[in-house]
Amino acid sequence: MAQLATSTVGAAIAVKDLEIRIRGDRGSYPVVADMALTVERGETLCIVGESGCGKSMTALSLLRLLPDAASASKGSIEINGEDFLAMPERRVEDLRGVEIAMIFQEPLTALNPVLTIGEQIAESVRRHKKLAHKAAMARAIETLQLVQMPDPARRAKQFPHELSGGQRQRAMIALALACDPKILVADEPTTALDVTVQAQILGLISDLQKRLGTALVLITHDLGVVAEVADRVVVMYAGRRVEEASVYDLFEHPIHPYTLGLMGAIPRPVAGRPATERLVDIAGTVPPPWDLPKGCAFAPRCPRASARCHEERPPLEEKRPGHFAACWEHVDA
Amino acid sequence: MPDTALLSVDDLQVHFPVRSGVFQRQSATVKAVDGVSFSIKRGETLSLVGESGCGKSTTGLALLGLVKPTGGRVRFDGAEIGSFRRRDLKDYRRRVQIVFQDPFSSLNPRRRVRDAIRVALDIHGVGSRAERDAEVAQLMARVGLRPDQADNFPHQFSGGQRQRIGIARALALKPDIIVCDEPVSALDVSVQAQILNLLADLQRDLGIAYLFISHDLGVVEHISHRVAVMYLGKIVEIAPKALLFAAPTHPYTTMLTRAAPTLDPRHRHSFSPSSDDVPSAINKPSGCPFHTRCPLATEVCKTTEPALTERPDGRLAACHHR
Repeated sequence: MAQLATSTVGAAIAVKDLEIRIRGDRGSYPVVADMALTVERGETLCIVGESGCGKSMTALSLLRLLPDAASASKGSIEINGEDFLAMPERRVEDLRGVEIAMIFQEPLTALNPVLTIGEQIAESVRRHKKLAHKAAMARAIETLQLVQMPDPARRAKQFPHELSGGQRQRAMIALALACDPKILVADEPTTALDVTVQAQILGLISDLQKRLGTALVLITHDLGVVAEVADRVVVMYAGRRVEEASVYDLFEHPIHPYTLGLMGAIPRPVAGRPATERLVDIAGTVPPPWDLPKGCAFAPRCPRASARCHEERPPLEEKRPGHFAACWEHVDA
Repeated sequence: MPDTALLSVDDLQVHFPVRSGVFQRQSATVKAVDGVSFSIKRGETLSLVGESGCGKSTTGLALLGLVKPTGGRVRFDGAEIGSFRRRDLKDYRRRVQIVFQDPFSSLNPRRRVRDAIRVALDIHGVGSRAERDAEVAQLMARVGLRPDQADNFPHQFSGGQRQRIGIARALALKPDIIVCDEPVSALDVSVQAQILNLLADLQRDLGIAYLFISHDLGVVEHISHRVAVMYLGKIVEIAPKALLFAAPTHPYTTMLTRAAPTLDPRHRHSFSPSSDDVPSAINKPSGCPFHTRCPLATEVCKTTEPALTERPDGRLAACHHR
């Protein structure tokens, strides 16, 4: 049973013991295992990790949008207290957008290229709020205003390709927010954007989240983004949580060697520590999910690994108050 | 410009025609690179930093003759690179190499790694076949690959390993300078660190100069000696790294450095959620190209383009007000 970092009572999202498996050419293998998450209303949880760590699969599972080859094979996902995995598909469709909505990385592929921005937002509003065409369009423009789209009435009549990258991401956020969802899941929402535009979109997301009291799950590979917006952070490696803590504890006292490695690999000083001439390079690469090592998945790359690490997988345990890590040889904070 | 520079670029221009309509008449010109000048010394890293569409990659490609410059001069090791004719280019192209961003698309998927690295040696007729194969093995070891994997195909390597192959290929002809076009942007941060360390080692051991093209200020601050900031086809500021990051002169440099996340949750930025309209090279504003987004802009900025001029501390910046 996966251990939970916080109580799940009244949480917006409560994921327990989740496993996601992929069935493919190499047989069936888990890409996410022992996952547990709780997110309260008004809280921002960041899930951070490198390519293939299972963070996007986790995000998609929260909306039951997993690709056909993947499925949640174990565990439970509760959204505002309702068992999401057991729900019939029709009910899930009713809840998407209203209870929980998603912001994707690449708005150009996530938005419909043959509908105007306004039509796409209005369509969602008509479907969920049962508004008439005109009222739905008015709501669409109002939502574009909310996300500070310049000249919203004109933009509503434009197609996605007519907008800049930053404006498209604003349109996507408007689409996600149109039906006042209580939970937002954002998968790398600023990765495709230039740094000055990223700053605006991060500013927008945290501003909206504070004003609307939404629970926010933000998936990212970028510890800089984490430091800017997170309340709590989950670090993932090879499909599992390796560390979970408040954003302050994580940046000031990281205890898992993988988290330490990630922070040392960033070519900019982290939380006031001096800059170094040479970056920490984590030797080797992430093992593929169909061929995970027997013990800790990070052990083959870990500078602190002992014999036990290669034999026995460490469970996620509370090492300091509110600070969890899955490691036999963790750094003593 | 004194001839101590290994490579110097003077007023480089790359203009592309925009064609439209049934007859594909030229309707506009995109000035992707619009009068860029800089120089690089032996063993030095100069970074070109800027956001999408600022012309940094086009500048790099133009230096290699991979896009044809429409104006300006390039001097390399004291000699002017003339009209970028094929014959002139051979020696220049041996000494000026490039590493691309995407190691997935810049390697031929059907060519063994040995051949991908050796092809440059073959073309330039370096040594005998056996010597070339031995050289490939040495190059692979030099960039941290196992020489016994020389017969594998690119898809059998990870992204970071493929970037090492790209670097080995660039090193094969013992270049004086490598243009690195976003060489770590597609890589995870732990792998990015491996590649940045490798590039630093190669520079230390072989004295190679880099023109390092990147949008990532953190990476640029780490690897550069000097930094040139580009905006809509122009260099707006060029300065030694420490000077540039400690106290930016140009308002755009300031904007860029303030937009980069802090990595310190106790000292977060308060990013403004509002949007500003980012112009593109095709609808470039009059006067100073940055005036539409600049907090300091006045009337003069709308009409008169500021020249890149030297400041008391030795840096160059193009701004009427700073």
